[in-house]
Amino acid sequence: MRIKILGILAAVALVSACETASEGSGKSSGSGVANAKPVEVYSPPLGGSAGVRAGSQEDLVVNVGDRVFFGFDQFNLTNDARQTLDKQVAWLKGNPSVTVTIEGHADERGTREYNLALGERRANAVKDYLAAMGVNPARVKTISYGKEKPVALGSNEAAWRQNRRSVTTVGGAGS
Amino acid sequence: MAGNASRWLCLLAAVLVAGLTAATARAELRIDITKGVSEPIPLAVTDMVGPNGEPSDYGADISRVIAADLERSGLFKPIDNKAFIQKAGDIKTLPRFGDWRVINAQALVQGRAHLVTDGRLRVEFRLWDVFAEQQMVGLAYYTIPDNWRRVAHIIADAIYKRLTGESGYFDTRIVYISESGPPNRRVKRLAIMDQDGANHRFLTDGSALVLTPRFSPTLQEITYLSYYGNLPRVYIFNIDTGRQEILGDFPGMTFSPRFSPDGKKVIMSMAKDGNSEIYVMDLQTRIAKQLTRHSGIDTSPSYSPDSQRVVFNSDRGGSQQLYVMDADGRGVRRISYNKGRYATPVWSPRGDLIAFTKILKGTFYIGVMRPDGSGERLLAKDFLVEAPTWSPNGRVLMFFRQGRTTADGKGGKSRLWTIDLTGHNEREIITPVDASDPAWSPLIP
Repeated sequence: MRIKILGILAAVALVSACETASEGSGKSSGSGVANAKPVEVYSPPLGGSAGVRAGSQEDLVVNVGDRVFFGFDQFNLTNDARQTLDKQVAWLKGNPSVTVTIEGHADERGTREYNLALGERRANAVKDYLAAMGVNPARVKTISYGKEKPVALGSNEAAWRQNRRSVTTVGGAGS
Repeated sequence: MAGNASRWLCLLAAVLVAGLTAATARAELRIDITKGVSEPIPLAVTDMVGPNGEPSDYGADISRVIAADLERSGLFKPIDNKAFIQKAGDIKTLPRFGDWRVINAQALVQGRAHLVTDGRLRVEFRLWDVFAEQQMVGLAYYTIPDNWRRVAHIIADAIYKRLTGESGYFDTRIVYISESGPPNRRVKRLAIMDQDGANHRFLTDGSALVLTPRFSPTLQEITYLSYYGNLPRVYIFNIDTGRQEILGDFPGMTFSPRFSPDGKKVIMSMAKDGNSEIYVMDLQTRIAKQLTRHSGIDTSPSYSPDSQRVVFNSDRGGSQQLYVMDADGRGVRRISYNKGRYATPVWSPRGDLIAFTKILKGTFYIGVMRPDGSGERLLAKDFLVEAPTWSPNGRVLMFFRQGRTTADGKGGKSRLWTIDLTGHNEREIITPVDASDPAWSPLIP
């Protein structure tokens, strides 16, 4: 699995370099790419090897990253979150028939109704970002679960950090 | 449950029983429940008897429920039957007051319970002021035998009212969320029970996540949030028919519903494009009206009992606080100004206070403040206490308390508790499994 991910990263880097180079202003290729902003490009997994189907939830989880995390009572996207979402944008562009639902979640240290509203904000912050990066918003639904579906157990900061999240799921319901 | 409402109609109007009076004039027995901690009043509740003074199965059960209601209020201390000198005794004759004074019973409850020829249950009770040697109240009821617990609660309410001057809250129900399973795969079901935990019943099967149920003023309906079909929307559950109906056709999540005091409207939040606003829906016209317009979170609305104002939760000022607005959405003003985050405001049925959940430095509190934000008092605190709901007389709050969870998913026990407005008499309400989001009904009509 690790080897496979490395292979994909290499592919991404390679394509990035090519694209960036092509945007260069008349310079000869092969130089001047160091400061250029990399562009996330998704390469579908090679069929057959590990049984991960392109465009599936497993593909998203294994090869892209399905979730981003938020600060306490926050819904702004951190740099880490944007990096993950950039990969999701590339993945969604590479799998144009896939629709997703963004689940918004909160930790247990808030009240139920407020956390439902907070989860809604987090899910929509992700949806808005995907849309701003060119994903058709009609492909993206949202749903808030507030503090109802923790992924990490335990009443401690480490678990709460894991639970303040959005999760991108393939298909799914929501509105 | 179908037809339950009509069954209750069998409960005949109470008949006032002519009072037997003794001669002595004394200050009347009376309890001031607005005071803080005070010694509970010792009182004796004898087993109700049959028409000829013989033991009665219904009578013993009814007396047990009356005594338990009064005891849980924290205002009364029923004396152990074993200490009684005069045993049950019939209500045809005056009690031997001396025998009750010896064991320091300040009040005495006696009664009769028996089936009459048409199959109904007849229950009659008398409340005596032992020191004044006077009858304080005497009433009789007819009902179908299955309703014996309800008659007991009605009698406990009558005793509470006579001795405190305030309406009681024993003839009421609780709707809440019953919880089971580990925290990450929790099964939540709507459940309903009498305020003492009896007659417990599940209303939903757990296949859809349900949250935050609240009674209509008639108790015929419950409004709540359901994730049926993975679409979180406000629903109305009809208790008589068992029918669940989605409320309105909204483009986004609807949540935090609550009936208006007249039961004709439901006020709630609707989230669209990530922003939660408060709406009110007229249940007859099915027209929804938007009340708030702000980029902040606006949720958890609750009407004042006169329907003129709404208290709600918003972070429009930068943190979670309580706000009051006029019922048309105008005149929004913040009322919570002390340290901490405030949530889940609920207006008291008396109108004088607003109960809330407060979070300060990692601790949760249940508290009350006046509608202008003054006079904040914190009544209960813990790792997590949330969602206060008022007894119909505005003297007791119920809420849920959830413990910490360990990393392997153990703990996290969640239970219902009550506490008096005085901050005393904290009690657990026993439920079959874990419980949260309680809502206390008005007195059953």
